[in-house]
Amino acid sequence: MINEQQPTLPAPASTIGLVGWLRTNLFNTPMNSIATIVMLYLCYLWLTPIFDWVFISADWAGTTRESCTSGGACWVFITQRIDQFMYGFYPADETWRLNVTFFAFVALIAWLIWPNLPKKGLVAAFTLLIFPFIAFVLLSGGYFGLEHVETHKWGGLSLTLVLAVVGIVAALPLGILLALGRRSEMPIVRAMSVAYIEIWRGVPLITVLFMASVMLPLFLPEDMHFDKLLRALIGITMFQTAYMAEVIRGGLQAIPKGQYEAADALGLGYWQKMVMIILPQALKLMIPGVVNTFIALFKDTSLVLIIGLFDLLAIVQAAQNDPKWIGYATEGYVFVAFVFWIFCFGMSRYSQHLEKMLHTGHGSRA
Amino acid sequence: MPTDLSRSAPPGEKTRFWNDPAKRALLFQVLLIGAILLFAGTLISNTLNNLEQRGITTGFDFLSQKAGFGIPLTLIEYNEASTYGATFWVGLLNTLLVSVLGIIAATFLGFVMGVARLSDNWLIAKLSSVYIEIFRNIPLLLQIFFWYFAVLRTLPSPRQSIEFMSSFLNIRGLSMPAPVAESGFNLVIGAFVIGIVLTFVMSRWAHKRQDQTGQIFPMFWAGLGLIIGLPLVIFMLAGMPMHLDYPVLKGFNFRGGMTLIPELVALWLALTIYTAAFIAETVRAGILAVPKGQLEAAFALGLPKVRTLRLIVIPQAMRVIIPPLTSQYLNLAKNSSLAAAVAYPDLVAVFAGTTLNQTGQAVEIMSMTMAVYLTMSILTSVFMNWYNKRMSLIER
Amino acid sequence: MFNKKLLTAAAVSAALASSASFAGTLDSVKERGSLQCGVSSGVPGYSVPDDKGTWTGLDVDVCRAIAAAVLGDATKVKYIPLTAKERFTALSSGEIDVLSRTTTWTLTRDSQLGINFAGVNYYDGQGFLVKKDLGVSSVKELDGATICIQSGTTTELNTADYFNANGLAHTPVTFDTNDQAATAFDTGRCDAFTTDLSQAFALRSRMGDPSSVVALPEVISKEPLGPSVKQADDQWFNMVKWSLNAMINAEELGITSENVDDLKANSKNPSIQRLLGGSEGLSKGLGVDDDWAYRIVKQVGNYGESFDRNLGAGSALGIDRGINALWNQGGFLYAPPIR
Repeated sequence: MINEQQPTLPAPASTIGLVGWLRTNLFNTPMNSIATIVMLYLCYLWLTPIFDWVFISADWAGTTRESCTSGGACWVFITQRIDQFMYGFYPADETWRLNVTFFAFVALIAWLIWPNLPKKGLVAAFTLLIFPFIAFVLLSGGYFGLEHVETHKWGGLSLTLVLAVVGIVAALPLGILLALGRRSEMPIVRAMSVAYIEIWRGVPLITVLFMASVMLPLFLPEDMHFDKLLRALIGITMFQTAYMAEVIRGGLQAIPKGQYEAADALGLGYWQKMVMIILPQALKLMIPGVVNTFIALFKDTSLVLIIGLFDLLAIVQAAQNDPKWIGYATEGYVFVAFVFWIFCFGMSRYSQHLEKMLHTGHGSRA
Repeated sequence: MPTDLSRSAPPGEKTRFWNDPAKRALLFQVLLIGAILLFAGTLISNTLNNLEQRGITTGFDFLSQKAGFGIPLTLIEYNEASTYGATFWVGLLNTLLVSVLGIIAATFLGFVMGVARLSDNWLIAKLSSVYIEIFRNIPLLLQIFFWYFAVLRTLPSPRQSIEFMSSFLNIRGLSMPAPVAESGFNLVIGAFVIGIVLTFVMSRWAHKRQDQTGQIFPMFWAGLGLIIGLPLVIFMLAGMPMHLDYPVLKGFNFRGGMTLIPELVALWLALTIYTAAFIAETVRAGILAVPKGQLEAAFALGLPKVRTLRLIVIPQAMRVIIPPLTSQYLNLAKNSSLAAAVAYPDLVAVFAGTTLNQTGQAVEIMSMTMAVYLTMSILTSVFMNWYNKRMSLIER
Repeated sequence: MFNKKLLTAAAVSAALASSASFAGTLDSVKERGSLQCGVSSGVPGYSVPDDKGTWTGLDVDVCRAIAAAVLGDATKVKYIPLTAKERFTALSSGEIDVLSRTTTWTLTRDSQLGINFAGVNYYDGQGFLVKKDLGVSSVKELDGATICIQSGTTTELNTADYFNANGLAHTPVTFDTNDQAATAFDTGRCDAFTTDLSQAFALRSRMGDPSSVVALPEVISKEPLGPSVKQADDQWFNMVKWSLNAMINAEELGITSENVDDLKANSKNPSIQRLLGGSEGLSKGLGVDDDWAYRIVKQVGNYGESFDRNLGAGSALGIDRGINALWNQGGFLYAPPIR
């Protein structure tokens, strides 16, 4: 009788349900209760006007500033100019080229990151080696009957993406070489790689861009000219290569020594060892790092406005000076911030997710 | 079959040099140096050629020429009659000013946010993580613009200034009373220095005593008393040899006192808020890196909570925090170069901006500017190496 | 066909005559088939792109005139928008053939930057804008004022000079672009905004309440704005110089884009005939055929037409000709004769 199991009692009311959650998470000590109440009040104080400005008393529809009467945000400014913010001064009839390039690129990337799709190696090689040329022909034109669109007409979000993607794609192979150089046993190669990496990492991007826009023309032979966008791209790539090299070095260092020794024992040469054994493992490890540098670069592309290129931020700022829309600077900035934030936050979430996936092997904690 | 063996590896024959890794490496490096020298040589000769052919002045003579333009914020004596060389120093000091201010504020905010993110209060932890995720995912330049062109422009004009404690806040900045030292103030400075020295000596003594007897000396309070209290007492005894210079509205603007210009405020705010988001993440990672066993061991030893934090958690967390923290500081200093966008007169805006435009000597000026940032970063890495060596765990 | 041959012959002889060791800009422009012209990225009246990307403005018309003279087609211009910082490097590095970007002609620029100014297409001067409610009627009353300026321009130096000379204190706040400086002034960051007067009016039209902003009477500097070219290419220098001169001469002679065909066929005035290609071989040394100036007037118009269309009565800016009238109408414009 004594050993008979008693019916399970419900958990104490104070530890489950909404009340329990509140008690453990918000009001577990007197100090915490005070903090919670103060915080809630501050949130109410700050967030309500913001929420009201952004949504409730905002104007969404219309064509001119006269439509903005309710005192909240005037999103009409954005909706009226959204094409320019996306495509810059790209001819309106040709914007399909930007769209095709963008969606093709997104499709390729999606293929690469979607788990369990076949032929990833092939797709990756296509994305890195062949796609850039297709994209260039599509964007710049001049071939196959496509109208040539000069680079100073490029602008808006599409230019931001071009700068960031080209920067990262071009920096990847160069970064691999530099990282291998930094870990090389040849002293001069190592010294040169270290010098390159440290010099570029030591200076701000803006001085690099100034250099590319003001000094680069002086370095070139007289009959050689790069246009402004190309110069900016060169600057960004040189800069990004140094950061990329450090990410790749991190990946290389994470490969156990046994892998190197096993490759040596098999009699593989240096390049065979790297290409077939080490890099495939290291590249997988460094994807989160690469995504993180991409985020940093994506944010940094906004600096090109200082050398007179019209990226998303610059074009929105230029639009704010339009006499028809004076006084809507805040809307413009909020819009740009929102676009950047969506991209960066999405990517950073993805990189965190990857990090978790990569840590599922042995030695993982939690 | 011995003949086969000898054919596959002829004992007398020497290895071809391209099959010998050592020689191959040597050859490769020689080729690399050659290529780099060739490349650098081409660049230099191109540049010299271009400069000469286009009749552009070269050399550093311009540094001693008269600059002829004004700068709104200068930490050293500067006027329109000063030289271009002086603009370099003015710009450099302004860069350092905003960097130091930014580092102090970002460290504070970053630590608060990092700790808040680990709070057991759900609301506080969430708010802190919302802050971090918002501000580190928006370009810094945009944030600077936002603070400058969207927020600060809502401040009133000088005549409608917001007044508090003899300070005036308006769209031209924050005008505050400035302390002006009178004769005798040197005594106070002397007391301050003595206070620091005494604290140092005393802390060594306290350590020794604790090692020998186990008694704990309230070093923090003693140090505070020496460094702050001693100069304060001397200040009072010397008859307060200092007065405040109050800002007054004269003509269009406030004169006298000191003014925090809005360009500096916008840049400072943006740098602080942006960098603090990164620092918060660093701090969180550092605290999480302290194994739970350390805490449990400290409690088992009966250490009170505050002392556990101070003696067990913080020293171990700092070991993890400081290296990434330093690189955040360096990033902040480099990011301060975005000042050019909001007219704050830093090195890039003044020297690599106006001075470059007036003299046209891009090569010299850009090299000097980049050298400054490079020096900062090298000094930081030297410090980091020293610190890592000092802090590395001495394991059995 | 004949024309083309003549053109090549002229080009060859000109190249030989100049005896320069490198290919001249004129030849490379002809070979390329387009003129690369550095302009500002948006100063109303001088160079602005419309929403279709077509550039217009007084400075742009100089580029179009050169293209009409050299290439026979005023539309064959590639416009390269430049910041104040980039402009001289872009020119001296050869990225652009001609810089036509509201650039002031000064000794330093002419002698130290490796460039040559080919003439003046607008006589400007630096002035000040203030808000009406500041109650100021002269620059002399601006003692202690905060002043918004674009950095890297002669404006910055002139301001410092003027205030020092008059014993006035001032605090400059320098922005990267004139747009930013104007915006900052508009929001009240500064008491005054200073820039070349012509641009000041254009920028004022963009401000929140243009009628609350007035210009002070003082004009504190001389700002002769004009196109410039790379040094050591005299043939190209001449080409740019005379393209501008042709526009001014055309106005003086009363030739407009409308009556140019008529005058070319019927005018008995030898000056008009010479300008429109009536005297064979006159332009041999210039490196183009004799009809070059005719094409300029036909396709671009004379200086007066260009001014009216972009800055004057025919534009939104409505700027008075003032000192930019012809010399015989009380202005400074005086072009050497074509003969």
